[in-house]
Amino acid sequence: MIADDTQTCQPLAGGQSLMPMLNLRVAQPEVLVDLNRIAALSFIEIQNDVVHIGAMVRYTALMHSPLIDKHVPLLAMALPYIAHQAVRNRGTIGGSVALADPAAEMPAVLKALAATIVVVSAHGQREIPAEAFFLGIYETALDEGELVHSIKIPLATSGHRFGFYELARRHGDYAMAGVAVSAQSINPCTELSIVFFGVADQPLRAVDAQAVLEGCAISDNAALTAAQQSLPAELMLGDTGVSADTRLQLARVALKRALLSMAD
Amino acid sequence: MTGPLHRFDQPGTYIGRSVERADASRLVEGEGTYVDDLQLPRMTHAAFVRSQHAHAKIKHIDVDAARAHTGVVAVFTGADINPLVKPYVGILTHLQGLRSPPQLPMADQVVRCQGEPVVMIVAQSRAIAEDACELVQIEYEPLKALVSAEQALDKDAPTIHPELDNNTAWVREIDVGDASAAFSRADVTVVERTFLFGRHTGVTVEPRSVVVEYNRSDNTMVFHYSGQAPHMMQAILAKHLDFAEENVRVVTRDVGGSFGIKIHTYGDEIATAVAAKLLRRPVKFIADRLESFTSDIHARDHRIQGRIGVDSDGRIVALEIDDLTGIGPYSMYPRTSAIECNQILNLTGAPYQIDHYRARGTVVFQNKNMMCQYRAVGHPVAMAVCDSLLEEVAGEIDMDVVDIRRRNLIADDAYPVTSATGMKFADLSHQQSLERLVELMNYDQLRADQSDRRKKGCYRGIGLVSMVEVTNPSPMFYGVGGAPISAQDGATVRLDAAGALHVSCSITESGQGTHTILAQIAADVFGVDIARVKVSTGDTAHVPYGGGTWASRGAGIGGESVLLAADALKAQVLEVASSILQTTPDTLDIENGVVVNADGDDKISLDELGKIVYYRGNELPAGVNAELIATRHYRVTDYPFVFTNGAMAAHVEVDIETGFIKVLDFWVVEDCGRVINPKLVDEQIRGGVVQGIGGALYEECLYDEEGQYLNATMADYLVPMAGEMPDIHIAHIETPTCTSTLGAKGAGEAGTGGAPAAILNAVNDALRPLNASIFQMPMTPERVLNALKA
Amino acid sequence: MKNKEIEVCINGETIQASVPVRMNLVDFIREKLGLTGSHVGCEQGVCGACTISIDGVAVRGCLMLAVQADGSSITTIEGVSENPVGSALQRAFVEHNALQCGFCTPGMIASSIEYIEQGGLSDRAAIREHLSGNYCRCTGYQSIIDAVASVVDQRAEP
Repeated sequence: MIADDTQTCQPLAGGQSLMPMLNLRVAQPEVLVDLNRIAALSFIEIQNDVVHIGAMVRYTALMHSPLIDKHVPLLAMALPYIAHQAVRNRGTIGGSVALADPAAEMPAVLKALAATIVVVSAHGQREIPAEAFFLGIYETALDEGELVHSIKIPLATSGHRFGFYELARRHGDYAMAGVAVSAQSINPCTELSIVFFGVADQPLRAVDAQAVLEGCAISDNAALTAAQQSLPAELMLGDTGVSADTRLQLARVALKRALLSMAD
Repeated sequence: MTGPLHRFDQPGTYIGRSVERADASRLVEGEGTYVDDLQLPRMTHAAFVRSQHAHAKIKHIDVDAARAHTGVVAVFTGADINPLVKPYVGILTHLQGLRSPPQLPMADQVVRCQGEPVVMIVAQSRAIAEDACELVQIEYEPLKALVSAEQALDKDAPTIHPELDNNTAWVREIDVGDASAAFSRADVTVVERTFLFGRHTGVTVEPRSVVVEYNRSDNTMVFHYSGQAPHMMQAILAKHLDFAEENVRVVTRDVGGSFGIKIHTYGDEIATAVAAKLLRRPVKFIADRLESFTSDIHARDHRIQGRIGVDSDGRIVALEIDDLTGIGPYSMYPRTSAIECNQILNLTGAPYQIDHYRARGTVVFQNKNMMCQYRAVGHPVAMAVCDSLLEEVAGEIDMDVVDIRRRNLIADDAYPVTSATGMKFADLSHQQSLERLVELMNYDQLRADQSDRRKKGCYRGIGLVSMVEVTNPSPMFYGVGGAPISAQDGATVRLDAAGALHVSCSITESGQGTHTILAQIAADVFGVDIARVKVSTGDTAHVPYGGGTWASRGAGIGGESVLLAADALKAQVLEVASSILQTTPDTLDIENGVVVNADGDDKISLDELGKIVYYRGNELPAGVNAELIATRHYRVTDYPFVFTNGAMAAHVEVDIETGFIKVLDFWVVEDCGRVINPKLVDEQIRGGVVQGIGGALYEECLYDEEGQYLNATMADYLVPMAGEMPDIHIAHIETPTCTSTLGAKGAGEAGTGGAPAAILNAVNDALRPLNASIFQMPMTPERVLNALKA
Repeated sequence: MKNKEIEVCINGETIQASVPVRMNLVDFIREKLGLTGSHVGCEQGVCGACTISIDGVAVRGCLMLAVQADGSSITTIEGVSENPVGSALQRAFVEHNALQCGFCTPGMIASSIEYIEQGGLSDRAAIREHLSGNYCRCTGYQSIIDAVASVVDQRAEP
């Protein structure tokens, strides 16, 4: 049905973003395909060096999963910031990935963790690195007829450190600015991965900040300031009530606080 | 409280006790009946195509496809609906000079704000009606949108209404004493600030809702609505839809919040009534959230230039304000959109002794949604302007903010007092309230803590406000200006054959506890167990005539009417009892449902008395006229309004890197006269404070330069949620009003009226060491950061 | 408009119905089943007034289609008193006057039941956080927090 291009067809995952769009008549597909009864997409398992998560795993299941707690701590840190419990009870990780809302936590976290998105279609299966998956506001590397099947996230190792910080006006709101950070080590910093959400048109990797901090102690003030200054002002988006300038300032603060939380 | 022990201070009375609400038990079971819960036979559902433009000519409307859509019952445009409605005009004659063109329920040739109803679809379901809305084609010719009040005032601006020479709706000026001379005195320190208050709206969880029934056989209409003033709506519907007033019945059941939103004449609701008449079928209209944001009245939206002068002792010598406000394309009917500005002019500086006061208010038309009265009308603006200026000037002369208030508050023993603006104040307790507040919040310790934290780079602030609230209005508020708005309320109290009391009253219930306090009053005054008192409200077919619920008047005016009626009924019952018992009424009383003699001995139960009167009238002596029902009405005389007063304080922390503000604590000392039910009063105050915090920090209806509403969803218009709100500490001073026996004043709006001022002052107190300040609400992170950069 | 047959167990009663496939679950519950205690406040999952319990989990009734509930067990406010936590909350809400207009209350109670059943503590900040997706315009939330905390405390008593 999803492969049929004679009618507009929309897969429905947890519905916590799509249903509002349908209710407000912003989205008007001719056909909805409900994925909620596909039990085969609700797994969380370890396969070699990755945690493999089915697209239809709901946020609440992730929050209650000891595997996620142990092996993907950054994801566990981000989950409580996603909306509210009743929404997390339905919302799915695959839905968030496929929607690609640049203000959402999941895309940034997955990009920061160098996750892989497994997608399927009538023609088979392929894997797309998160790095190349999120292309813009609600825009992904999914082709026509493709669905998110699952997500593979490398297991955290013992020395791995993570930081997460989000600035939202109210609990559960989309972030005004937020950042997910992963590092192989922090003293000095190695293999830093810094990805912002809620600041640009897609999860934004802070390439320059990563470079500035690489090899420095995470609490090195000068490096921290330089990293803050290196954030790309030109990519920051303004919207109602928040200018691009403010966004930049908030992103800088979020970065500092995320990094300092890792030093503790 | 001073004086002899009042009848309500006796032990064992209901008045003064936190009696639980019977309505609450019903609502927690899901047994409420809100308008959308009504399912009537043959009922149809309305949806509206609304203007997407702020200002445009309608060139052409094509409804053919919509009309042909399966399930559509009817399609109406302004051309169908408007001729059946007598135009309405939102003016009050006592607001001299206020003008507004005639209004009709649906757009006619020109749309003047986004959200104006253009086409109405009536269908078998709301979903089908919405489907059909999408099939309507409207061709517009956009016109220049005047979005800001400043734009609309520009001398070169086009006029929004061709029949008016400019876009000014009303101007009011006050000049008492000689402010200019006072400001220019050598010993006077003057502070001047410009304040900006954003637009808010009510965001009732239950949206505006109506179901209208029409019976052709007797030409009667039943208007079920979620609202606050059934008799006002009855008068309006009758007048403008050409009904005899008695042929319109307005029914209000459970109301999912109103806050002043649901007390106006909305085109979509009037059009729904017309459609019901045309179709001779019930029509339901439930606003969806987008419609609520774009068509529920908005409020605030003022720009105020304010100036205060104090002498070297910190005494206020002069105050001056200049208010500019845009109200949308019309003045709302029937309360008008000039009242908020008028209140601001009346109330700014009200708690203080001020001899020289000058004020100017300018109310202008613009191409935004209409503004009108919303909880605490004008108060948050008036209190914030004066008390912010006061704290600013205190900083200027290096005086503590409590101290400067002590020097300026009108003394508790000075009443009655007439203010510079002509407001008559009585029975207030500003001084006592402030001292109680200082004690409640542990002011000195809080200041010491603040100073310690500043040294560590933590910016906390403490802000206060002393305030008044307009409650229990007399006919001088609206009725005097020609509006069909009653300032009096009526109550009927009836004894049934089983000895139970039935109270019906013209005030309404929207969750504040009206039914419970009326039962408390009736039970106390009459002498029965409260479980045996049944209260009904909200139906013009069954309750005495009266104003309803607005301006914090329910307890004070409706409550007094119940007191008077219960008193009268008691006298009547004792008259009957005395004739049965062969004694005189003055030797009898009623206690706990039994008529007792002077020694307290039971003589006859009300149950038995009722049965004699209703079933065995033969046992009554000849000539005894047994009337077990009494009705009384009450209005406030002597005073135009019964003011309350209060003092509040906020404790906040400003994150100076992000501009985020956290409200740490909030204290309220409130004097609303006699407290009938402490828990209900406290909950009114808490809910009000949180609504005020919403206005101060979060809420704003945002428009772009074309007049497009930018944040018309609940994800984008930020209301206060549980996670960010503080616990609120409350204390009471009770100074009963001399205008009634009950002594109750209103308490519904104080929190909303005072909280923004306290929060604003607290934020500026936090920012003061950084030489930054902010005078714009809501105080968003961006605005705080900009203030810090300035 | 297509219809589909569904079967749900609602407040203990099994119901078969034919529903339009595009109909929201909360609209189905209100309009077809006449259980009007669940309220619609925003239709986009933000206000929380339509929160109900499906198979023991709190969800937004406006963010599910009725057809998606096929085969599930639903509890609405009308059935809450059968649950000991639910009835304790109803009692506590009245006692603390944790509602005024009552429009948000059914959703507020559904969210509170989930909090308590999952072992939530009487910590006020934690309760506030859990209820942060349920909008109440009337109370200012404090009395709601009081009510939920009081039920947690009662249950903790031996």
